[in-house]
Amino acid sequence: MERNEVRPDRPSGRSVVQRMVSEIRKGLGGLQREGFRQVWKLGSAEAIERAVVSRQPLWTDKRADGGPFDIVGDVHGCADELQTLMGKLGYAVAWSTADGVRRPTVTPPEGRKLVFVGDLGDRGPNTPDVLRIVMAMVAAGTGYCVQGNHDQKLARFLAGRKVTPSHGLQQTIDQLAADGADLKRDLPAFLDGLRSHLWLDGGRLAVAHAGLKEEMIGRASGAVREFALYGETTGEIDEYGLPVRADWARHYRGKTAVVYGHTPFLSAEWLNNTLCIDTGCVFGGKLTALRWPERELVDMPARQVWFEPTRPLAPPPGDGRTAQSASDDVLDIEDVTGRRWVETAMRGRIVVAEENAAAALEVMSRFAIAPNWLVYLPPTMSPVETSPRDGWLERPEEAFEHYRRRGIAEVVCEEKHMGSRAVVALCRDAAAARARFGAFGEETGAVWTRTGRAFFTDAATTEGLLARLRTAADAAGLWEELATDWLLLDAEIMPWSAKAGSLIEGQYAPVADAARAGLTAAREALARGAARGLDLGALDLRFAQRAARADRYAEAWAPYVWTVAGVADLKVAPFHLLASEGRVWFDADHAWHMGLADRLAATGDGVVAPTRWRRVDLADEAACEAAVAWWEALTAAGGEGMVVKPLAFVPRGDKGLHQPALKVRGSEYLRIIYGPEYDAPEHLVRLRERGLGGKRNLAIREFALGHEALRRFVASEPLRRVHECVFAVLALESEPVDPRL
Amino acid sequence: MFLSLATTYRPATELGFLLHKHPDRVHEAELPFGKALLFYTEATAERCEAALVLDVDPVGLVRGSGRGDGLLDQYVNDRPYAASSFLCVALNKVLRTAMNGTCKTHQALADATIPLEAVVAPLPVRGGGEALVRRLFEPLGWTVTVTPVEPATPPAGRSTRYVKLNLAGEARLATLLAHLYVLIPVLDDAKHYWVGDDEVEKLLARGAGWLDAHPEKDLIVRRYLKHRRALARTALERLDPEAGDEPEREAVPSPEAVLEAPIRLHDCRLDAVATALAAAGATVVADLGCGEGKLLRRLVRERWPVRLIGLDPSLRELETATRRLKLNEPGGPPEGRVTLLHGSLTYRDQRWAEADAAALVEVIEHIDPAQRPLVERVVFGEARPRTVVVTTPNADYNALFETLPAGAMRHPDHRFEWTRAEFAAWSDAVAAAYGYRVAIEPIGDVDAAHGAPSQMAVFTR
Repeated sequence: MERNEVRPDRPSGRSVVQRMVSEIRKGLGGLQREGFRQVWKLGSAEAIERAVVSRQPLWTDKRADGGPFDIVGDVHGCADELQTLMGKLGYAVAWSTADGVRRPTVTPPEGRKLVFVGDLGDRGPNTPDVLRIVMAMVAAGTGYCVQGNHDQKLARFLAGRKVTPSHGLQQTIDQLAADGADLKRDLPAFLDGLRSHLWLDGGRLAVAHAGLKEEMIGRASGAVREFALYGETTGEIDEYGLPVRADWARHYRGKTAVVYGHTPFLSAEWLNNTLCIDTGCVFGGKLTALRWPERELVDMPARQVWFEPTRPLAPPPGDGRTAQSASDDVLDIEDVTGRRWVETAMRGRIVVAEENAAAALEVMSRFAIAPNWLVYLPPTMSPVETSPRDGWLERPEEAFEHYRRRGIAEVVCEEKHMGSRAVVALCRDAAAARARFGAFGEETGAVWTRTGRAFFTDAATTEGLLARLRTAADAAGLWEELATDWLLLDAEIMPWSAKAGSLIEGQYAPVADAARAGLTAAREALARGAARGLDLGALDLRFAQRAARADRYAEAWAPYVWTVAGVADLKVAPFHLLASEGRVWFDADHAWHMGLADRLAATGDGVVAPTRWRRVDLADEAACEAAVAWWEALTAAGGEGMVVKPLAFVPRGDKGLHQPALKVRGSEYLRIIYGPEYDAPEHLVRLRERGLGGKRNLAIREFALGHEALRRFVASEPLRRVHECVFAVLALESEPVDPRL
Repeated sequence: MFLSLATTYRPATELGFLLHKHPDRVHEAELPFGKALLFYTEATAERCEAALVLDVDPVGLVRGSGRGDGLLDQYVNDRPYAASSFLCVALNKVLRTAMNGTCKTHQALADATIPLEAVVAPLPVRGGGEALVRRLFEPLGWTVTVTPVEPATPPAGRSTRYVKLNLAGEARLATLLAHLYVLIPVLDDAKHYWVGDDEVEKLLARGAGWLDAHPEKDLIVRRYLKHRRALARTALERLDPEAGDEPEREAVPSPEAVLEAPIRLHDCRLDAVATALAAAGATVVADLGCGEGKLLRRLVRERWPVRLIGLDPSLRELETATRRLKLNEPGGPPEGRVTLLHGSLTYRDQRWAEADAAALVEVIEHIDPAQRPLVERVVFGEARPRTVVVTTPNADYNALFETLPAGAMRHPDHRFEWTRAEFAAWSDAVAAAYGYRVAIEPIGDVDAAHGAPSQMAVFTR
């Protein structure tokens, strides 16, 4: 108060200071209850002057300790199982008796440390020996232990607090009374010194009794301790009278692996980078340990049921699916909305703008196939640089030049089929579909478009097509050769009209109708005007040319349209094997991929269509000329055009990724894209001014995201991690880019 | 793109005065979207015919003249060739004096009723075909000849949306032009430009003397004003001040609404849902798939809901809902009582987890069967509100809709429609899997054989 009065810049009066002091006095006593384990009271001005604030890592922060570790689940007094498991892990336990007291000496394998997730005692047959081992190891610095709720309850009992001796505490009390005299002295201090959790190995690993949320790791507070001891409950009670646990692990998104116990399961399974290793040894299950960083599980079955569980141990999720895939059935809105960053192995961090994510949400949720199937979306593809030649918009020469300039020696030219892009997930059988894709029903695969929609509206057609493809894969011997029971293929499905029927009917055909009717009426009028002797100049010629272009437009898509009555009328031309079990095939070059496509087409199933292709050495002028002639012949015969790809699937240069492919479209095909009269000189000169930069940038980002989705899928990462990439591709597609490129 | 005007008035060449264009010259006019060409294909004393040919620049339409956006977003478009609002702009520009019915030298002729013919090709007709063309032009006294345009691509015999229109009759030239000016975009049911308040003035000016008595007045006004409700109401009121106070109507009623209209099914449905929610003692209600917020508007009037949450994947629908609910507007609900969320039922979402009741009103049938297990888990397995109300059409009842073909569904976006038995089976399975009790109720008048038009399941736990 004195100090306050001599400070003119503090207008607050005496009452404020008085109130502050009284609040501090009132709150002081409760600090420890709030979870602060160390409290210093500075009672005088001198004490304040003398005090030095020094930063210390929290007790829980053992990131500097890199292990290696062996983390053991809830022991609950199962001393025999513990010692056998320790033996299996390479820890030698020797007992000696001195002064009538048994003492263990534990020799760990070189450098390893044992970590206990707590709940050392209660329920089991020999809590004192378990405590002796753990206390000895912690004292020797070869072991860590975090506090479990049972340990805390025992501590409260030993401190003389009133505790109900339920849930097995009575056994511990009895055992300590019979054989625990030697423990009496050190046990309270040991129990009191147990930490809420441990943060280990450079922050890569956290151990807590009942688990820990990402934001709690490495922090200390009453809330953290409470969570670490008891986990999180929903407030509801289940049919066994036990609290229903909120499944924090299913929401866990952290990079730190969290290993915990507390809730017994039949087996230990990773879920979202968390692992519960309480496998209910005391209930007749097993005692499990995790070797870290090896991530190996080692377990020891219980010798008997030591304690009847109130609630049976949770069975693993059914239908042969892993805990991860069962949990992944449901994605969280937080994983896809808002501004997002997706880390890719190929191109680093890729940003998705909030408005693009919002735009993708409706498409993804209302029109796309189920996310467990949608593990990949193909990237967009840029056209070649605009050709300077008269009358042409796109030519192969520019594609060759594009790659030659970037130091690429060889390219692959592939016929571009005029159908609709499709991604095909083909499984060997329904069991493989369930196991690998988490399928719900009897489906054996899926076929989807580049925007993630089901390619066919009925399951029968999809399955019919998959059956034909499966036959081809059988005949080509791919299952054994690639050691897989599923394939992810990138393909084109023809005819165009199968998917674009309504587009043709609603947009393309009416233009032909209107153009012919309008131009015919105009030409008739011009003829009559000319007959009157009017000076119409070149108008007659101009309209004759316009009419000729309109007629060519009306014919342009004829080769791409045929009636589809059943699967036999479809044609599928695969051109990439994207992935199979354990492998993303982006490391194989395009010649390999086309070789595989040739083998599938050669199986004689008429549904698998071949794709014509050739390798072109860019330094060989004659080869380039031949490829141009090849393209001219293809497009003159009604072909859409070709795709030019560097031989390597992932073409890299000094400045990062090159375009993975460039399309070179035929002049008649472009009429469908740019309109009937696009190649009239006055139009072409303006159409040449087209910016390709945006499209190319997009193509590379989507390519990297697609690869990342596959990489994560093949590595069996959580579905949300795969979905995030696929969602990002869809979101990027809503960026404004000229749709005709 | 093509219009011709002819007369057999003697001397017919005086048409040149009315059009203000000399019959022996070729006239060209620059327009924002291309060129207009006017010349005479016939110019004798007996008959005189002028042809207006529009030379629309397709690239310019997409790219615009400068850096700004073009009028259209697709090169592949019938606009350069079809008779449309582009032709009307050309009429206004090239034949302005004739449109206004003035002529410095021959005003008497401009005011006179003379024999006239007109040809429009190709004229796009949306919905209604030849009959609509006749319904629009015949009441105005024209002899109408409609020739369908032949398809330019296979399959042969495919019907196109275009016709060639011939009109013949006696009228003032300005009247003919006014009819064409108004009715071409009406038949096309489209306009290339933004329609604002001044469009009402244009319509009333060009429609003076004939529109108020036209039997298709409503359709003409609605289509001409691009289905903008407020504008159409203004125009109709001014055409016929007596009528007034027409009930607000849907701009383009959904096929489902048309089908179900006579029974005002949707109101029954909302009442039933509101009653079920109130009976369940709900306090925080999530309307999942709220669309433009019809249920929310119904519930916001009730006293019992403490909070209302609307969820929809469509940002456009949410904008409409925001407007209709008057959120953040004076007279709207108090802040925080109604929350609209952009989200989807295929994702778990903490933002509406606090709801103790959820309603899926006519939503489940819009969800792909492949996605349905996911939605079931999100709603019944993850959010687990105490009450879930689901309504869906009863497919059994479809047999009673006379205009609905057998086997068809009520709305093109319906992925399926359930019979009563199918809905009951699904409800029971979901209830069993997620630990709910379920009761099913019919909505609407119950037919002895086919049940009620809609059905509702109330899940509780």
